[in-house]
Amino acid sequence: MALLQTNGLTAFYRDFQALFGVDLWLDAGETVAIVGANGAGKSTLMRSVSGVLRNKPEQIVFDGRPIGALAAPEVMALGIAMVPEGRKLFPSLTVEENLLIGRYGRSTNGPWSLETIYQLFPVLKERRNNPGTALSGGQQQMVSIGRALMSNPHVLLCDELSLGLAPVIIKDIYAAFPAIRESGASIVIVEQDIGQAMKVADRLYCMMEGRVTLSGRPMELKREAIHAAYFGADS
Amino acid sequence: MNWVDTVLQGILLGGLYALFAAGLSLVFGIMRLVNLAHGDLIVLAAYLIFVLVGTLGLNPFVAMAIAMPIMFAIGWLLQTYVFNRTLGPDILPPLLVTFGLSVVLQNGLLQAYSADSRRIPSGYLETASVRLGSLHVGVMPLLTFASALAVIVILNRLLYATELGRAFRATSDDAVTAGLMGIRPQRTFAIATGIAMAVVAIAALYLGTRSNFDPTIGPARLIYAFESVIMGGLGSLWGTLAGGIVLGVAQTIGGAVNPEWQILAGHIAFVLVLLFRPRGLFPRAVD
Repeated sequence: MALLQTNGLTAFYRDFQALFGVDLWLDAGETVAIVGANGAGKSTLMRSVSGVLRNKPEQIVFDGRPIGALAAPEVMALGIAMVPEGRKLFPSLTVEENLLIGRYGRSTNGPWSLETIYQLFPVLKERRNNPGTALSGGQQQMVSIGRALMSNPHVLLCDELSLGLAPVIIKDIYAAFPAIRESGASIVIVEQDIGQAMKVADRLYCMMEGRVTLSGRPMELKREAIHAAYFGADS
Repeated sequence: MNWVDTVLQGILLGGLYALFAAGLSLVFGIMRLVNLAHGDLIVLAAYLIFVLVGTLGLNPFVAMAIAMPIMFAIGWLLQTYVFNRTLGPDILPPLLVTFGLSVVLQNGLLQAYSADSRRIPSGYLETASVRLGSLHVGVMPLLTFASALAVIVILNRLLYATELGRAFRATSDDAVTAGLMGIRPQRTFAIATGIAMAVVAIAALYLGTRSNFDPTIGPARLIYAFESVIMGGLGSLWGTLAGGIVLGVAQTIGGAVNPEWQILAGHIAFVLVLLFRPRGLFPRAVD
């Protein structure tokens, strides 16, 4: 059985429906990418899984447990950590405090600690006492990833890592992912950048207008099929 | 008139105002909640200590030590069952609800303890003083100021050197993202208000031993607390102490010139500080 699974997931912002029955799954140890244009529902999906948005309980199942209706702190406690879109560092906290807050209220045993995160992103160690928001965008993204890893999650949700970053920085950030996979975490990556997503993912889902329009292994998917699923162009 | 003495008394009085204001500053800094019942909660705590001293014959400081956890619990319950429901994008509901609480507290205390003014007896401490050079300084004002310093040092340690403090600051920055970190904002807020109310119990001891109180004096204490917080710069605890001192010194100097000017001089100092430093003396860098 899959580690994390959504069953006909629907999500609403008041009267506006953003997801129309999304089915996808993530196996243990797997990296899955979700691509799609703006407004495809990718971020809504992440917000639903992480508990920021509430859904029907059985629409999201983690490790055999229905978690759709749980609040974010409860989802976090089960071992699903999120790197939110736009990084969302806490401006009143230093880099190190931002990392420490990732394991608030719990003592976790696992590969990730301040030391291992400073090994993964050495630049953060030099800037550990700076306010989180004094860093460059790429460094902030590293803090945000490190903050999520500090809880030693089973599942790492990454929402739009490349947003607003230069291509060379994006490459640096994705270079950390093999190490994160090796630590045993299963990963969901939401991206607009299809090329980057296809490089790191075992499987790919393509979303459009609140539905999954295509899925499969990156090698097996034809470029034209992805374009059609991404843009909705049937030409 | 001895100016050194006047200024010194003013500084010590500032300690009392900083104690009034510390809880208000903490709560505002963490959840942007302006608690209009803060002054009345100080008066409530003063009655609590008064009753403990009167009925059990306790030393006022022991009574305060008992009142602190009780006030913590009251703060926790108020935040969990009342204030948390009012927090949101609209700033009006918490103002209305705490204003209503203020009215309820004043009238409840009036009903229970009448309008007679009371004082917490503190024995020989009421008149004890120590010599500092050519000056005599009251022991009680010194204790007040020392307590204010201790409260601010401890609150700062709590905010900047503990996991709970990190959670307070993170929740204040961004409650949704704090939730993603496993922080329950509403529980965090409940603890913060509990701590603020424990500080209120300390403030209440000095309010009740140094001067008379009755059920209606809460709003005036709220004004002094507000002026201290705003003069100091929102969210800065040391600034709150500085604001309290400015207010205290202005009042004693005004009172020394002419007793009618005491209160007015404090308010004028407040206006002057805001005129020249609109964000207060020590504004927080991040806002």
